[in-house]
Amino acid sequence: MPSSLFTYAPAPESRSVVTLRPRYGLFVDGEFVEPRDGSTFTTVSPSSEEVLAEVAAAGPGDVDRAVAAAARAQRDTWGPMPGKERAKYLFRIARLMQERSRELAVLESMDNGKPIREARDVDVPLAAAHFFYYAGWADKLAYAGLGPSPRPIGVAGQIVPWNFPLLMAAWKLAPALAAGNTCVLKPAETTPLSALLLAEIVQQAGLPPGVVNVVTGAGDTGAALVAHPGVDKVAFTGSTEVGKAIQRTLAGSHKRLTLELGGKAANVVFDDAPLSQAVEGIVNGIFFNQGHVCCAGSRLLVQESIADAVVEALKARLETLRLGDPLDKNTDIGAINSPGQLAKIEELAGSGEADGATRWSPRCALPERGYWFPPTIFTGVAPAFRIAREEIFGPVLSVLTFRTPDEAVAKANNTTYGLSAGVWTEKGSRILWMAQHLRAGVVWANTFNRFDPTSPFGGYRESGFGREGGRHGLEAYLDA
Amino acid sequence: MSTDDEGVRRDVTTSSARADGAPDRPGNAATTLPAGTGAGAGAIADVARSETALRRFLFGLPGVDQVGAESRAAALATRSIKAGAKLWAIETAISMVDLTTLEGADTPGKVTALCAKARRPDPADPTVPGVAAVCVYPDLVATAKRALHGSPVAVASVATAFPSGRAGLAVKLADVRDAVAAGADEVDMVIDRGAFLSGRYGFVLDEVRAVKSACGRAHLKVILETGELATYDNVRRASWIAMLGGADFVKTSTGKVSPAATLPVALVMLEAVRDFAASGGPRVGVKVAGGIRTTKDAIRYLVLVNETVGDDWLDPARFRFGASSLLNDLLMQRSTQRSGAYAGADDFSLE
Repeated sequence: MPSSLFTYAPAPESRSVVTLRPRYGLFVDGEFVEPRDGSTFTTVSPSSEEVLAEVAAAGPGDVDRAVAAAARAQRDTWGPMPGKERAKYLFRIARLMQERSRELAVLESMDNGKPIREARDVDVPLAAAHFFYYAGWADKLAYAGLGPSPRPIGVAGQIVPWNFPLLMAAWKLAPALAAGNTCVLKPAETTPLSALLLAEIVQQAGLPPGVVNVVTGAGDTGAALVAHPGVDKVAFTGSTEVGKAIQRTLAGSHKRLTLELGGKAANVVFDDAPLSQAVEGIVNGIFFNQGHVCCAGSRLLVQESIADAVVEALKARLETLRLGDPLDKNTDIGAINSPGQLAKIEELAGSGEADGATRWSPRCALPERGYWFPPTIFTGVAPAFRIAREEIFGPVLSVLTFRTPDEAVAKANNTTYGLSAGVWTEKGSRILWMAQHLRAGVVWANTFNRFDPTSPFGGYRESGFGREGGRHGLEAYLDA
Repeated sequence: MSTDDEGVRRDVTTSSARADGAPDRPGNAATTLPAGTGAGAGAIADVARSETALRRFLFGLPGVDQVGAESRAAALATRSIKAGAKLWAIETAISMVDLTTLEGADTPGKVTALCAKARRPDPADPTVPGVAAVCVYPDLVATAKRALHGSPVAVASVATAFPSGRAGLAVKLADVRDAVAAGADEVDMVIDRGAFLSGRYGFVLDEVRAVKSACGRAHLKVILETGELATYDNVRRASWIAMLGGADFVKTSTGKVSPAATLPVALVMLEAVRDFAASGGPRVGVKVAGGIRTTKDAIRYLVLVNETVGDDWLDPARFRFGASSLLNDLLMQRSTQRSGAYAGADDFSLE
């Protein structure tokens, strides 16, 4: 049902709010510095393949410098500082993020490929909200239910992924800083820019040198950070494969670890669901951020009696999705973050067809430059197909059916992951019953992909362990 | 349709049996019954054959999740409509306006002035489209009809003891016949919200049907007064009752009750007319009325129409704005779009 009468004119957000530097150094001990033993790499805009900037890749020596600065700051300034003083800094960061929100949103959209609408309305406001929330905890740690006098752990090495670069940095930094730890943050190599802008904000907020350090780079930099003996706590969000490698590295060490890994969430739609909103929830569950979401509702489990009607309504809805320039304020679906990720999505989608599932995408023209994949639905998916088992991390939905609530639970739990799930029904008792039986860290009822700093988030099984957000999120950063 | 106590009591029993948890409710009737089955108008007429059947049908409609509906409407409200798209939207909105005056103080002079505005909203620019209709009380229909003679602008009249609807059916029908006899092309009736909220759905349906037949060739708009219906589920059910009764349009509000039109309410009504058409019924129009004063508001509604029901409803025959001050804002914004310079409030006439 794409309209031909009312065709929206381009409404691009201006890039002029962002000042891109040709070259970015590392943020160590309160200063932007050149790498000592590292090299450089470029970061590109995935929607146009335009090179945005050259960025430093930190070598082991640079990581060492950053960890040393963090350890010093933890011992001399940040650790001994009263909580109410730390809170002031965090509040200041949160306010500065709000003041510079357009800049952050545009930069995030450029570097990541996500629609400006999402960066503006979700990523940036939520990131600031996390700082506001944990700022409030900084002087109340004794009342967090973790013991009478919890102590900071020390230096936190934090590695964040490319799907929500700024938001994940905020999820990691805010609780760590509130609890009195200092941080060495490593953003993903395809999306380093918003973390570096956040470092600028940290500088602007006047945080003591060394409290927050940002080391950019690829897997080597992350590995050096994880293995560094001066790091007391590792927090990682990313792929299950890398998470397992980190856990092996840390085995037997003093370091504490939290992992937030992949997922293959089931979005379960019963025949008494609020249908129009369920369709919106399915769309939001899998096509939000091009499906680059660890908790994406990538398996739609729909009751057989309404399966055809739901798929039909879903297809009609997908025809209205607007794919294209991420900086256009009306874009719903942006670019795939990297050629590597695009290849992975294409390979898995290909396997879906080879396995015998039926592939469908709305009519939509893909831009010629950049990395793009259309919103895609697979029907006729058997639980044994790879597209029903493996995390695709792209805009690809596998539709499966069930007949009874027991079967829905069995199929939803039939995965090696356990991060999130969704339940759609107007029956309150069934929501509670499902939430008790689903093995997932987060269960959304009649909604999906809703986040709030007060609510703990995290998974079990191969989706990782530890919680981020809420009172529970403090536990990872405190010795109680 | 029978509205006897017997039927009502039977239904009370069945619904309390459901509350005990025994049998599940019969799924989503809108999708399981008519949608895509090609059963068409026959199946639709069937659900209205008795009070019990009607109630079963209305309660079998898929629920509306309040949070979800509101967040969808809020997301669509962030659409950014620029340049040529904005000009198209403004001109389309002008052509969809039901220019309205519904005051106790209305006079023939006021209505005549409004009609002149309706014919040529901007005397300085003949390329501005005329509005869809002028909407008045029944006793002023003849005046409006005379003033609009020879123009394509329709005359709409509120009726059925507008705005409260608290009168006997005979009075309501007389009100309608009066308006139609005076030449009204469209009749805006109000449903009996008291009857609806007390669960007498068949009674509401019968009134709509009676008014429809009293309308003759005049188009019928059924005002749900959504501000008094309290829930989106009720808005959806009331929309279906109106459509089953033969409404040509479902309309949000009288403009006399707050809240009047809202984006989520319009979304739920648009989904209802979409589902009704998909199940073999005719394409019913939607009119939003009350509190829509700015171009920005109007464009948000058009975006909602565009992304919920599409081209078929982007037409004055299927979507209307009931408003008075909206028109001047649309004219101002149109002139700004075309000339690049901001127009002043006094550049356009006040009626």
